[in-house]
Amino acid sequence: MLVFILRRLAQSAVVVMAMSVLVFAGIFAIGNPIDVLISPEADEFERAAAIARLGLDKPMHEQFIRFVDSALGGDLGTSFVHGVPALGLVLQRFPATLELALCAMLVAVVLGIPLGLWAGLKPDSLAGRVIMTGSILGFSLPTFWVGMMLIMAFAVTLGWLPAGGRGETASLFGVPWSFLTADGLTHLILPAVNLALFKLSLVIRLARAGTREVALQDYVKFARAKGLAPSRVVGVHILKNIMIPVVTVLGLELGSVIAFSVVTESVFAWPGMGKLLIDSILQLDRPVVIAYLLVTVLLFVVINLIVDLVYSLLDPRIRLGGGRA
Amino acid sequence: MTEPLLRVDGLKTHFLTRAGTVKAVDGVDLRLDRGEILGLVGESGSGKSVTGQSILGLVDPPGRVVGGRVLFRGEDLVGAGEKRLRAIRGRRIAMIFQDPMMTLNPVLSIGTQMVEAVQAHETVSRAEAWERSRRALARVGIASPDERLASYPHQFSGGMRQRVAIAIALLHSPDLIIADEPTTALDVTIQAQILFEVQKLCRETGTALIWVTHDLAVVSALADRVAVMYAGRVVETGTVAEIIGNPRHPYTRGLLESVPSRNRRGVPLRSIPGMTPSVLDLPEGCAFRPRCDRSTGACTAMPELMGDREDRAWRCWNPVGAEARGDAA
Repeated sequence: MLVFILRRLAQSAVVVMAMSVLVFAGIFAIGNPIDVLISPEADEFERAAAIARLGLDKPMHEQFIRFVDSALGGDLGTSFVHGVPALGLVLQRFPATLELALCAMLVAVVLGIPLGLWAGLKPDSLAGRVIMTGSILGFSLPTFWVGMMLIMAFAVTLGWLPAGGRGETASLFGVPWSFLTADGLTHLILPAVNLALFKLSLVIRLARAGTREVALQDYVKFARAKGLAPSRVVGVHILKNIMIPVVTVLGLELGSVIAFSVVTESVFAWPGMGKLLIDSILQLDRPVVIAYLLVTVLLFVVINLIVDLVYSLLDPRIRLGGGRA
Repeated sequence: MTEPLLRVDGLKTHFLTRAGTVKAVDGVDLRLDRGEILGLVGESGSGKSVTGQSILGLVDPPGRVVGGRVLFRGEDLVGAGEKRLRAIRGRRIAMIFQDPMMTLNPVLSIGTQMVEAVQAHETVSRAEAWERSRRALARVGIASPDERLASYPHQFSGGMRQRVAIAIALLHSPDLIIADEPTTALDVTIQAQILFEVQKLCRETGTALIWVTHDLAVVSALADRVAVMYAGRVVETGTVAEIIGNPRHPYTRGLLESVPSRNRRGVPLRSIPGMTPSVLDLPEGCAFRPRCDRSTGACTAMPELMGDREDRAWRCWNPVGAEARGDAA
């Protein structure tokens, strides 16, 4: 187990290294941020001073070495635009996005697995068909449009829920969270549902496909032949088998939800990382973009590690470390 | 005659598919006394497995028992509710399946799967259920059962898994075990061991057994009586000696002749010409007619079971050996 984790950490370090090179080269190619950063009226002298201050006069590889050097010390540079450390800027926005993503995933799992099981067990029933049709809608409707419709329906017309922002927050571990206050929760519902819709459809389809396959297996019939109650056959024998693919996909999806909740955050004015990324790219704020991407890569690495660990709990045939069986 | 343990009357299980109604089981009659071992023999697709599953109401949709009765200790299981069936499954009637690689849930430990089987029918503590599972494993010849209970199915060989399945079937000392080709997927040596043990355990506990198989050799070594199935019906039934020594249905004779034997060394093996008819498109009358060398015009009508006794009968207008006896129907 320990060997497995250490090996995974080493692999992750390589991934992070490769990512930083790619990101750095990519952002270099986009354009020179200096034109965006200084006012058009600035003269040549001011311009040269700004370039020197930001270190943009050095060749690319030197900039990169300087970047790696300070990154190893935990310093990912200072935002060109905001003038504060980029990493701090990203991490400050991180809880809002994490909270939104986790709530969305929770909705997707808590609703998706039972609905998928039901649709899989009774594929020809009316409920089963309705669930599957609904999941196609969830897949195909664009997120931003659904978001706006939700705002129209629940915020504007019915006036039940607020249209945007995080609302009141309460502090836990020194970080502000919306879900700890009633007002924050009401602010959280619409964006979480909006973000969950696609994942929910995915979970439903995965759970349904898994259930249809597993329900026909001999071990399910054997479980029934033992005289077990249906709740145990479905809730243990079937559920534990379908969770394996669901956990894999959800792990990957959690990463992508956190990293790319940009659309939902924009529609609901949710002050998360996605909004920050879009703004930073538009302003060519290199340190922030790089800090964001590195945080995202680390996040994916950690989530994948957790998925692998959960996997081994679910499926005894998978032995971590590849040692003895 | 006393009421048998199990009596199947005119059992019909049909599968309603898009291609049409598949009459997998179409009027099967069986009877089984306490402690008796019945071999249910037939080719693939003859409906023998579906018959076994129909008895316990375990046929998956689109399959459905559409007719007949399954009288178990005088109680009709066809009309019984799911709750009543659940109380019988595993406790009164247990099942063992064909492929031991598939019958145990791969993600649950053997202990979990045995304990839940105990607790499904008796309110006992986990510790006691564990102890009973341990003893059941020891009884089917599995060494160090404690260690084995903590293991998962993939850590067992096929033969071991089938022993576990048998141990689970024996947990509640059922009246009847339905074994659906349980040795087909195993090596011949393991097959012999399992056969021997099942026979021994059934004799010890007085458990009746329906052994579903396509292998007449297995049946002749194990069973008291045999029912031969073809295209969803029983075509001949009798004691092992009667079926092996004096088959009356041409299909039974064909089956016997296609078993390799030491006594006919060097003689080319006979096979039954043609193949099992599609259950979607059965010929009118006797389903074996197109493959039968004894068929006559009479065979376009479905023959009833005929014979000397209820448990010695055949479904044929022109039974084998009729000429010599002059008892043609």
